[in-house]
Amino acid sequence: MPPLTDLADAVIRGDHPQAGALTREAIRLAIEPKTILDDGLIAGMTVVGDRFRVHEIFLPDVLLAAKAMYAGMDELRPLLIRDGVPSLGKIVIGSVKGDLHDIGKNLVGIMLKGAGFDVIDLGHDVAPEAMVRTAKEQGAAVIGMSALLTTTMPVMGEVVSRLKAEGMGGTVRTVVGGAPVSEAFAREIGADAYAFDAGNAVDVVKTLVGRR
Amino acid sequence: MRPVLRFLGDDLVARIVAEARAVLREVGVEIHNPGVLALLADHGAHVEAATRRAFLPDALIDAALRTAPHAFSLWDAPGRTAHELAGYNVHFTPGSAAIRVLDHGASASRAPLTSDVVAYTKVVAQLGNIAFQSTAIVPGDVHRNIADSYRLFLALLHGEKPVVTGAFTVDAFAVMRDLQIAVRGSAEALRAKPLTIFSCCPTAPLKWSDVTSQNVVDCARAGIPVEYVSMPLTGFVSPVTVVGALVEHTAETLSGVVISQLACPGAPALWGGSPASFDIRYETTPMGATETMLIDCGANEIGKSLGLPTQAYMGLSDAKLLDAQAGLETASGALLAALSGINSVSGPGMLDFESSFSLEKLVLDNEICGLALRAARGIEPREDFPAVPRFQELLREKHLLIADHTRKHLKAEHYFPGPTIDRANRSRWAAEGSRTLGERAHAEVERLLAAWRPPALAGEVRAELVRLMRAEAQRFGMDALPDEGR
Repeated sequence: MPPLTDLADAVIRGDHPQAGALTREAIRLAIEPKTILDDGLIAGMTVVGDRFRVHEIFLPDVLLAAKAMYAGMDELRPLLIRDGVPSLGKIVIGSVKGDLHDIGKNLVGIMLKGAGFDVIDLGHDVAPEAMVRTAKEQGAAVIGMSALLTTTMPVMGEVVSRLKAEGMGGTVRTVVGGAPVSEAFAREIGADAYAFDAGNAVDVVKTLVGRR
Repeated sequence: MRPVLRFLGDDLVARIVAEARAVLREVGVEIHNPGVLALLADHGAHVEAATRRAFLPDALIDAALRTAPHAFSLWDAPGRTAHELAGYNVHFTPGSAAIRVLDHGASASRAPLTSDVVAYTKVVAQLGNIAFQSTAIVPGDVHRNIADSYRLFLALLHGEKPVVTGAFTVDAFAVMRDLQIAVRGSAEALRAKPLTIFSCCPTAPLKWSDVTSQNVVDCARAGIPVEYVSMPLTGFVSPVTVVGALVEHTAETLSGVVISQLACPGAPALWGGSPASFDIRYETTPMGATETMLIDCGANEIGKSLGLPTQAYMGLSDAKLLDAQAGLETASGALLAALSGINSVSGPGMLDFESSFSLEKLVLDNEICGLALRAARGIEPREDFPAVPRFQELLREKHLLIADHTRKHLKAEHYFPGPTIDRANRSRWAAEGSRTLGERAHAEVERLLAAWRPPALAGEVRAELVRLMRAEAQRFGMDALPDEGR
């Protein structure tokens, strides 16, 4: 379907005006919104993610592509809601309580949005109860937590414990990341997954929600 | 601004050159080639027949320095891309010439085969920070008298980059020139667009062999650039000091300039060398020694003061394996060479006192060269002023990852090395197999070998190269060549 191929290309190129225009054009041609999303916007971002992973393109290219994807999503969102098309999933993210570092977490948010997830970013210094409450209220599939300090890492464990205590351990999955965090630490606190960078976080979250 | 490293300064350079001239005038240079001695005698040198020494007056040296070109360009085989050897332009080329190769994972090196030379040619063709190929490996599966020409044949058959090479005998020069003429189409075309540089080595102290002095003359007359590769060894066949070695290096190299300019005024050449700090403990000539690099950098400074483009053997190591010593010695040399503005730097890929070649080291060294070249570009403002709007943008957007300024300058400002250099975080590194440097370099070699595409060599050129090389091989009793390109 050429218009959607062009749309995917616009996303890959990071051309946000064009991505918006081609999305409108696809809507005008009465292509199913879900098809526009899957075969246009997400198809483009998938290529971008693959190229980023093998260093063919760099982070700025990914962010530009994400910006183009958002331009398309702005056009498409009302129709997706109208049709009751679910997003890939809602993801609550935040830097944990006591930690004011949010550069890495912001990158994760941008990349997840670019991949088609609904991201609820609670910012930094986020208390465990706020994370769990938001996930519950919003029906989130995953909580993503970030920490840059060894002193704040234990807060991640508190979130995992609280989820379990509230009986949400099986429905809301957890993923942790940040410079001092490791796979072993994730296992130790009972988190479902660990991601070593923003690109990896997308892959990990897709696995957690069963999209990969 | 581009940083320029200097170790000597104008006064010391002038004194070294003056002393070298005195050496040539009063001690002279021994030349085992009657034709070259006659050429010098005809132009005012005093020649002592019994000792085969030529004593070079200042006037002869001055005249040679007046006609020696301050710059020349080397062209790739298709004649499309020129590399100007001038000013502070830096070009890296693999070291030469190895009589051993080190396989990935091996602890001992072995004698090279044609297949090693071909694999090397394919890899070096694709390395972005290596400007020239060299005939880096001497294949052991052909008659030794054609090992030099056959290396050049393989380089021209499988690669396009200009070639740093050299002849092992006087006779080999003819076919090595003819192979180049086959690529260019005529002797005139070759003169107009030089394709190779020939290394011509005086023998320390103050001596030229029959072969190497004749090579200087033959190259000059064919318009083929040479690099004079003087090799003083401190405390052994040169004074023990860096300055003393530089006096000897200057004298030997000036004598090369004189021979070359008498043979053909205006002949292109590089003020080069492969001096070494002689290690009296092991009786070795460490290329990774700091003093070796100081002599190289000093020689470059002297060559530049005389207005000549320069060369040095730097960016190589004496380690036997691709280990930390290999990295530290190569990086030290490459960085010093780049910051000194040496025009042609021979070294990448080489281990074990210029005797052993590793493809894995070559791809690592390509990255080292990239880092060194970046350092040599120095620091310059790139639309950084006024700074306030940028910081306002940063606070507003929270990051500058997709700012116009970032997108415009990212790749010019930052050199991003290939996968041989590990910059992943520990977890990603582990997720990708916890690979060692050697394993990453080997994977890159394998990738490049698989990605290689043959150069677009015209059928008749290929046929002429093969005809010339077969004829040369037949002179030494070889009826078939191990590789003819197809």
